[in-house]
Amino acid sequence: MKAVITVIGKDAVGILAKVSTICAETNANVIEVTQSVLQDMFAMIMLVDITKMTDDFVVLQDKLTALGDSLGLKIHTMHEDIFNSMHRI
Amino acid sequence: MLNVYDILETIRMIQDECLDIRTITMGISLMDCIDSDIDRACDKVYEKITRCAGKLVKVGEEIEKEYGIPIINKRISVTPIAIVSAACNASPVKFALTMEKAAKACGVNLIGGYSALVQKGFSAGDERLIRSIPEALASTSCVCSSVNIGSTKTGINMDAVKIMGQIVRESAEATVDNQCFGAAKLVVFCNAVDDNPFMAGAFHGVGEPDCIINVGVSGPGVVRSALAKYPDADINELADIIKKTAYKITRVGQLVGVRASEKLGVPFGIVDLSLAPTPAVGDSVAYILEEMGLEKCGCAGTTACLAMLNDAVKKGGVMACSRIGGLSGAFIPVSEDAGMIAAAESGSLLIEKLEAMTAVCSVGLDMIVIPGDTTAEVISGIIADEAAIGMVNCKTTAVRVIPAIGCKEGDVLDWGGLFGKGPVMKVNTNSPAKFISRGGQIPAPLHSLKN
Repeated sequence: MKAVITVIGKDAVGILAKVSTICAETNANVIEVTQSVLQDMFAMIMLVDITKMTDDFVVLQDKLTALGDSLGLKIHTMHEDIFNSMHRI
Repeated sequence: MLNVYDILETIRMIQDECLDIRTITMGISLMDCIDSDIDRACDKVYEKITRCAGKLVKVGEEIEKEYGIPIINKRISVTPIAIVSAACNASPVKFALTMEKAAKACGVNLIGGYSALVQKGFSAGDERLIRSIPEALASTSCVCSSVNIGSTKTGINMDAVKIMGQIVRESAEATVDNQCFGAAKLVVFCNAVDDNPFMAGAFHGVGEPDCIINVGVSGPGVVRSALAKYPDADINELADIIKKTAYKITRVGQLVGVRASEKLGVPFGIVDLSLAPTPAVGDSVAYILEEMGLEKCGCAGTTACLAMLNDAVKKGGVMACSRIGGLSGAFIPVSEDAGMIAAAESGSLLIEKLEAMTAVCSVGLDMIVIPGDTTAEVISGIIADEAAIGMVNCKTTAVRVIPAIGCKEGDVLDWGGLFGKGPVMKVNTNSPAKFISRGGQIPAPLHSLKN
């Protein structure tokens, strides 16, 4: 099972580090990261494996949302199935 | 890895374009609750509803989090109470109160099924239930009622049409202190469907399994923004864009339905492929029609645009889910759609045009506020007209009009929330009283020699 974490907002130092730290705390394994900074807009998409998580998926989600709120970023943590069903036949 | 563009598209649809799952509705059969002792029957009804749907809201919220998609409503529909209450020789209002109590215990926002199916005549309990609708709706807040008065196979029961005109008025009169809200929870159907997840017309049909999960999707905002990207496309291209968008929207409905059914241990029924608007900015069916090139919804061309939209939504959705059902199409409830409200207030959208639109789209004259002095006969006439459209065209049609008691044209009834607000619309006041008072049955239409 995988989840997709998207982070969108104003660029700042250490966003990737902070998000990855939270993933590590719950034992969610980061598989892939794409990130771009256009002008000063930061957009990152991270694919994480959530099969061996030590906490509930909801815990990871709440922690990341709280992090997003504190940094003024939008962080969405969603199960990959929603993207697979919408965009693959 | 998943395509970055696809991921961002999904997030944009949810965040900016109001994509949501409109409702997860659990259908529960109350056939095994029938008892000649009304108190015992009500106890069984309460026990069964709370047992089956106790976890519905919690599971809905979990799925919302898991997939990051809002699920606006969690609801319950039950076997038409006229059937359940037929054996009790007492007022069925007690069932409405029990439904209300059970719905509150489960945390759902609406419960449907205070209903009767009388398309060919009244059986035991039907008329008693119909007569009790105004009291039932006035003494509860989340119970919804519907009555099926006609079908393509049976024709239209004009005795029921006559009574329903009075009942709609009485439901409004009984709730005059609450913006006549009673009438907003009452739908009169022709060709009602058994697996409709949308309120106020949802009930759990008699051929359905014991307990089932049905899902209603939404997404007028998504369709509109997709169309807005192609200002110069021709109609074929527009239809294609709508199909593709409807496909994506429906896939989410299918995913959520399957997941909910797994988690609740209840079979998954159908996805209702509907474009259901809300009064929220950008979540309007009228604005889609205007995006196609109409100056204002209700002008010439509206019916054609709506026909194309409705058909394209179905074509796109059909492949995206395992089973389709319910009402499936575009909804045009006036008070629940910011664009419709604006069009009605500006005088562009009239009730006659809405009637024409109902011939090509999902339901019928929905959430229309009419003057408080509209007679029961005129309301019956409106019901008969709408039922005739449904009967002849083999489709579901419905009437949910709200007589605004004490108000006249230009006034506004405002319920807030998903029910929205509606301006009082002009109605032709010439009387069909003689026609309505005749009673009887309009015979079922011929289905060959079509022209």
